[in-house]
Amino acid sequence: MIITASQLIIGIVDLAAAFLFMYGLKRMSSPVTAPSGIFVAGIGMLAAVVASFLYAFDVEAAAKPHLLTNVGLAAFALAIGGGIAWWVGKKVAMTAMPQMVAIYNGMGGGAAGAIAAVELFGNRATGATQAVVTLVGALIGAVSLSGSLIAWAKLQGVLKKPLRMKGQQILNGLVLLATLIVGGTVIFAALGGDVGFISTPQLIYLFFGLALILGILVTLPIGGADMPVVISIYNAFTGLAVGLEGFVLENPALMIAGMVVGAAGLLLTLLMAKAMNRSVSNVLFTNFGDVAKHKQGAIKGSLKPVEAGDAGIFMRYAASVIIVPGYGLAAAQGQQKLYEFVKLLISDGVSVKFAIHPVAGRMPGQMDVLLAEAGVPYDLIFQLDDINDDFKTTDVALVIGANDVVNPEARTDKTSPIYGMPILNADMAKKVYVVKRGEGKGYAGIVNPLFYEDNCDMVYGDAAAVLTAMIEAVRGLGAQAAA
Amino acid sequence: MDFQIHITGFMAVYIFMLAAFAGWVIIGHVPAILHTPLMSGSNFVHGIVVVGGIFALLNASTALEQTIGFFAVLLGAGNAAGGYAVTHRMLAMFQTSETTAKPKHRHAESGHATANAAKAR
Repeated sequence: MIITASQLIIGIVDLAAAFLFMYGLKRMSSPVTAPSGIFVAGIGMLAAVVASFLYAFDVEAAAKPHLLTNVGLAAFALAIGGGIAWWVGKKVAMTAMPQMVAIYNGMGGGAAGAIAAVELFGNRATGATQAVVTLVGALIGAVSLSGSLIAWAKLQGVLKKPLRMKGQQILNGLVLLATLIVGGTVIFAALGGDVGFISTPQLIYLFFGLALILGILVTLPIGGADMPVVISIYNAFTGLAVGLEGFVLENPALMIAGMVVGAAGLLLTLLMAKAMNRSVSNVLFTNFGDVAKHKQGAIKGSLKPVEAGDAGIFMRYAASVIIVPGYGLAAAQGQQKLYEFVKLLISDGVSVKFAIHPVAGRMPGQMDVLLAEAGVPYDLIFQLDDINDDFKTTDVALVIGANDVVNPEARTDKTSPIYGMPILNADMAKKVYVVKRGEGKGYAGIVNPLFYEDNCDMVYGDAAAVLTAMIEAVRGLGAQAAA
Repeated sequence: MDFQIHITGFMAVYIFMLAAFAGWVIIGHVPAILHTPLMSGSNFVHGIVVVGGIFALLNASTALEQTIGFFAVLLGAGNAAGGYAVTHRMLAMFQTSETTAKPKHRHAESGHATANAAKAR
């Protein structure tokens, strides 16, 4: 078979794109090279998209009369879809990043599903393998689409409570079974089998309908706190779906990019689940809220509220401070104020570090991004394993808007739902300040005995307001000294 | 020479295996601090699905296929463009003390603070 010039160009460009994707991801392994990493990957994407219009020279005979319309539609869809997503992506707040990633991810899954649908409706599968792979890719893509939308709704606060009912697992199992049976029938029909009572297009509609419902049903019962793991799983799912549809279209660039993301997403999911001390199946199939109903023993000690200004001045005269930020800080939009306070401390000679728990924020690494947005240099930011031994030689641990990730119960109380979860050893610092809105519990719904310890004082209030008071108090000291 | 791409079952499995291994190894070296940009970055990479969408749409011959193909391109383009936009934004924020210390930078204030710290010591 002779290859046409357009096919050759597409082949070369796609090869280059596949290389640039992997090279770009590789460069993302350090904050120094990461911005250039996404840039080279972006070049690869742009080149692949532009080159893909060369497919116009080799379309199927049946599509030739529609070619002009199709090219126009493709350009229009690119401009609209790309334009809107770009505009939203540039505007969205960093705190809303998890739900944004969920949306983009769902779109990718939907695109993979749609490609499969075109292949199925056009009855293009050339053999059993192709038909099966198309179907599997379609199933995964559709589940990823509807599941990601539910994840978005939960993170955005549109859906507030996990929806649970009796026999949910059985229902999900039945829907999965029905989807597989219909999918099997679609394959049977695609290979020339006679189903009789139902037409092939109807079967395909039914298949996609069931797959979308399955994604919704599987995601609904999972609690908001577990959404990061869910997004990560769907990210891997979409990658897998893209890879499978790449096989169907005989496009190795899609296969490679999809599978790289599939494996990367799987690894990220496992890392995240490990940081939460739960297995992936536990996240997906156990209702977290139910586990948390354990009986806590009586807690010794008392809550000791102090003024924000006093805590600020105490830290000004400490030699070393480690800050443990949690989502409460971001919810109060206090990152800027925090860094302002940190700069004050540093300029007065205090050693300040940030300690980040792997699940701080609403997705792993989100707290790092939020701090970076506020201007905090990343060499002040340390991850759990790198800083946990430093707490015992540190004067002050300042916990802001975090709760479960500093709960010492995770080390000692075997009956606790968070037992075994790696925590930041804030309680081992000589002095602990906890900035909190009130006496409420954390996401896990359990009381934190750290707050009652002798070395721990509570600073109640909105994180931004508390930090403002601390800054004023420390500035006041400087003014007194100058006068 | 024949450059035509024919992907047979076993060849596909080899490609999948090697790509999965590469993905696992590449991502395994990314520090936790970059996990969010990494997730959105890998999310961007599967936006390549838009190329498959364009292929499907260009080969569409019925109104139904055209409609679905249109959505495949629309969604794929959103995945790619949005994924790039947010990833690029996030990664541009990461600065070290050295870069923030440069006075011409937008975080000049922190540079000032670092200089003060040096004086104080």
